[in-house]
Amino acid sequence: MGRLNAGNVALAHEIIGRYPRTKSALIPLLHLAQEQDGWVSDEAMVHIAELLDLTPSEVLGTCSFYEMFKREPVGRYLVNVCTSIACMLGGGDELLEHCEKSLGLTPGATTADGLFTLNEVECIAACTEAPCLQVNYRYFHRITNEEVDALFADLRAGGRSGEIPPHGTLTRVRQQVDPQRWDGRGGEGLPEERS
Amino acid sequence: MTDIAENGTEAVRGVAVTLNGRVIDAQPGELVINAAERAGVYIPRFCHHPRMQPVGMCRMCIVEIDTGRGPALLPSCMIPVAEGMVVETESPVTRKAQDGVLEFLLVNHPLDCPVCDKGGECPLQDQTVAFGPGESRFVEEKRHHEKPIAISDVVQLDRERCILCDRCTRFAKTVAGDPLISFVNRGNETEVNTFPDHPFASYFSGNTVQICPVGALTATPYRFKARPWDLDQVESTCTSCSVGCRVAVESSSNQLVRYLGVDVDAVNWGWLCDKGRFDFEAVNSENRLARPLARQGDDLVEVSWSDALTKAASALGGAKERHGSSSIAVVGGARLTNEEAYAWSKLARSVLGTDSVDAQMGDGLPSDVVLGLPRATIDETCAAGTVVLLGPDLKEELPILYLRLRDAVVNHGLNVIEISASQTSMTRYAAVSLRYRPGEAAVLVQELFEHAGDVDVQADLGRARALLEANNVVCVLGRPSVAERADSVVQAALRLRSRVPGMRFLSALRRANIHGALDMGLSPGMLPGRVSLEEGREVFTEAWGQLPGSVGLDTAGVLRAAAEGRIQALILVGADPLADFPDRDLARRGVAGAGFVLAVDCFATDSVRQADVVLPAVSYAEKAGTTTNIEGRVSRLHQKVTAPGTTRPDWMIACDLAERLGGDLGFETAEAIWDEIERLAPAHSGLTAQRLASSEGLEGIVAAGPSSILETTMDVTATATLPVDGYSLRLVSTRKLYDNGTLVQQSPSLAPLAPGEVVRANPADLDRLGVASNDRVRVASSRGAVVAPVEADAAVARGTVLLAFNQSGSGAADLIDVSLPVTEVRVETVGIGDREVSG
Repeated sequence: MGRLNAGNVALAHEIIGRYPRTKSALIPLLHLAQEQDGWVSDEAMVHIAELLDLTPSEVLGTCSFYEMFKREPVGRYLVNVCTSIACMLGGGDELLEHCEKSLGLTPGATTADGLFTLNEVECIAACTEAPCLQVNYRYFHRITNEEVDALFADLRAGGRSGEIPPHGTLTRVRQQVDPQRWDGRGGEGLPEERS
Repeated sequence: MTDIAENGTEAVRGVAVTLNGRVIDAQPGELVINAAERAGVYIPRFCHHPRMQPVGMCRMCIVEIDTGRGPALLPSCMIPVAEGMVVETESPVTRKAQDGVLEFLLVNHPLDCPVCDKGGECPLQDQTVAFGPGESRFVEEKRHHEKPIAISDVVQLDRERCILCDRCTRFAKTVAGDPLISFVNRGNETEVNTFPDHPFASYFSGNTVQICPVGALTATPYRFKARPWDLDQVESTCTSCSVGCRVAVESSSNQLVRYLGVDVDAVNWGWLCDKGRFDFEAVNSENRLARPLARQGDDLVEVSWSDALTKAASALGGAKERHGSSSIAVVGGARLTNEEAYAWSKLARSVLGTDSVDAQMGDGLPSDVVLGLPRATIDETCAAGTVVLLGPDLKEELPILYLRLRDAVVNHGLNVIEISASQTSMTRYAAVSLRYRPGEAAVLVQELFEHAGDVDVQADLGRARALLEANNVVCVLGRPSVAERADSVVQAALRLRSRVPGMRFLSALRRANIHGALDMGLSPGMLPGRVSLEEGREVFTEAWGQLPGSVGLDTAGVLRAAAEGRIQALILVGADPLADFPDRDLARRGVAGAGFVLAVDCFATDSVRQADVVLPAVSYAEKAGTTTNIEGRVSRLHQKVTAPGTTRPDWMIACDLAERLGGDLGFETAEAIWDEIERLAPAHSGLTAQRLASSEGLEGIVAAGPSSILETTMDVTATATLPVDGYSLRLVSTRKLYDNGTLVQQSPSLAPLAPGEVVRANPADLDRLGVASNDRVRVASSRGAVVAPVEADAAVARGTVLLAFNQSGSGAADLIDVSLPVTEVRVETVGIGDREVSG
């Protein structure tokens, strides 16, 4: 917990190598830290500052701008319930109330077992599917109370792991395909016949 | 502007801009806000600062600007002037916009002006009165923060008052290069803050207090000390180091309370380091010497001036009579003004008859080198093609010179070649950074031109050599480490000069008015105005009556002679050899061995406590005169407060002593001394008091007088590599900004900032020696031993060990033998944590 582990340090150096300026790797590395611990700790920010030759203050300045970087521990599953206008009209407030009861939480809090954090959020851009919520930013549209209970029960039982990975899990940072073999890349490096 | 550039004859003509109906002549590329200000129209602003890049953050300078597409409200700090531009700063539209911006800025501002240090000199307060709405429509709850929080040991932050103008954060990042404060939680809850437990520990943090346009940042030493309307103010020159920054010295009720940086283009651009800004506390110190003291047995007791002077004069006269003038020596003088240094120089030469005078404490460079090499100013150095750094860590010793050079590198592409024994604060800004083995700087310079170095440094040497082929090369030359003798550094500099035609030099000697003292002849073999004893003999014999027959001893020579019983009277003028001389063993034997010791000082330092008679001197801000900086720039000091007790200025003490010894220096005032300097000292000819007092003198005037001192016979071809002892490491000892020196230790705000004694060595060396980081180690040389914690530090070159000079603890001075070219030390573990280990 805290500083990046050896595997992630190696990945960090690979990520840094992808950019002309070291500093550009700041946000990817913050994601990496969040993947490792589920949140971004002060120790992780200090470590990232060392890796990027920045001060911890500069790392904090960027990190704290982004709501999705959590600087306090959160649950394995981050439940965001929308109560903006469309969801509110579609029963968002009632949905939130049901989630509170179901999890035994007030918005902003985390269950004692560290499994769920409940948040009340502004519009999550799915107004046509109100009411809706997100678990680790995966959408659940027009969700009913029964579906919510089933979802939480599945998650408690360790289910749906393919659909909803733990908070912070990255899907796009690891590049395992040789960039030379990508299709659709513009600019330099493309074989003559494709450009 | 393009049409102007195309037409050569119009390039010098400005840009015609209509400002409030009047056509003004602006300069191409100038920002509207600056052009308006030069034309006498002040546009309100918070974030704009003339020494930083504009950011358009606060929107206060918004005015109606018509560039041909109709008037629009634009931030005048972001818009360069253009031909035919129409600017309205007082139109109803502009007024309404400014009114609205201020109402917004005040939404969260607590309006606690009555208890705010800034109240009375606050741009937010002033501009609200001048440009703002009479009242706010905001009735909601304002944001609340803990107030204030300490973001460093000397700076407090009140986030409620902050208007988020980005001045402090921009300064920290772009000017100081210490981005330790940032905007955090950007968005609706933006605030300036540090990272938790990483304070704003910048040597330049006090500048953010000065440029904060509201009361958000306040300096701990000034908080609640005075109101702006109680302050008395004079402009003066800082003497905390030898850069010579211009300052406004402010007092309240005859106590110094604050220094502000004054923007002088040639020197400090308005910035000050924290040591210079806050060491006024030492002047106010309760520990100042206020009355003369004389020895009675083991004690120093208060006596009258008359008794003290009589006692001193009889000892000095007796020494001269019985043992000859060469038994008298004067050490110190960097604390003095030019006038005072001249008076002491004259006293020593013409009344005491000795040439053994030295303002340097064995930690500088030979004065013929400092005075004799061709000179460059700070501006010329920053504008040079290539700068060679061969000296101490500038951030630690000459902080504002560091800022200027950093700016030249970062913003103007200056190429720096660093030649040093370990990494310094400039390493990251250097185009090439070369390491030499302590004591062998000259060897490295030879390799530089002959490419004889290791294969892996060949490329660096080649790049450095290419950079030295640039036009206009300047070398910043100082003493890189007091644990090696100056010879090799001097030889390196002279060799560089012989290989780089037209190379000029900027001195990096750090101590206060050391350059003024050397200019005034406080150095063996030198007379005022950068002439040697022989060169100036005729003129000065006529003016002063008599001169010593031969060249005297420098500080090391004096201490050696005193230890051998050959110095009957040692005069310490603001000198503390026990703390400042690199070789404490020799200093101790020298001070103890002198027949009689007279100390003239502001504080009872270790050396002063050894004296037989102590004469208390007035301090900075208590006296007027002139001082000379690293460039040779002479600028004026002014008195602000009255000195404690019966202290006297140093020049007066010299006159008093002369009189009691049957001589007469012929001075009634400090001004009279300057007139004599201007008349007699060749380098200062034409630098009249009138010129210094005129507007020309506000920046100070460089005494560029010619010097023919350095007809050196020093052999620049001989190269001595020193034998390498496989069991030893070579000591590097440099100063930190905050040390155990009097100014810092007598300033309560600064004293805790001294880092203390820590040994630093390369991790590979520690591994080899079987020493772990954080162990307590014994560092032993042929002279003595020091026990201190060790830290592994990859910035320290292999084969060397770093120990800062004059920190609390026993200190590097206990290890250094000034008779050796370099200090070899052995390092061994004596304890892990608190546990001692045997064997």
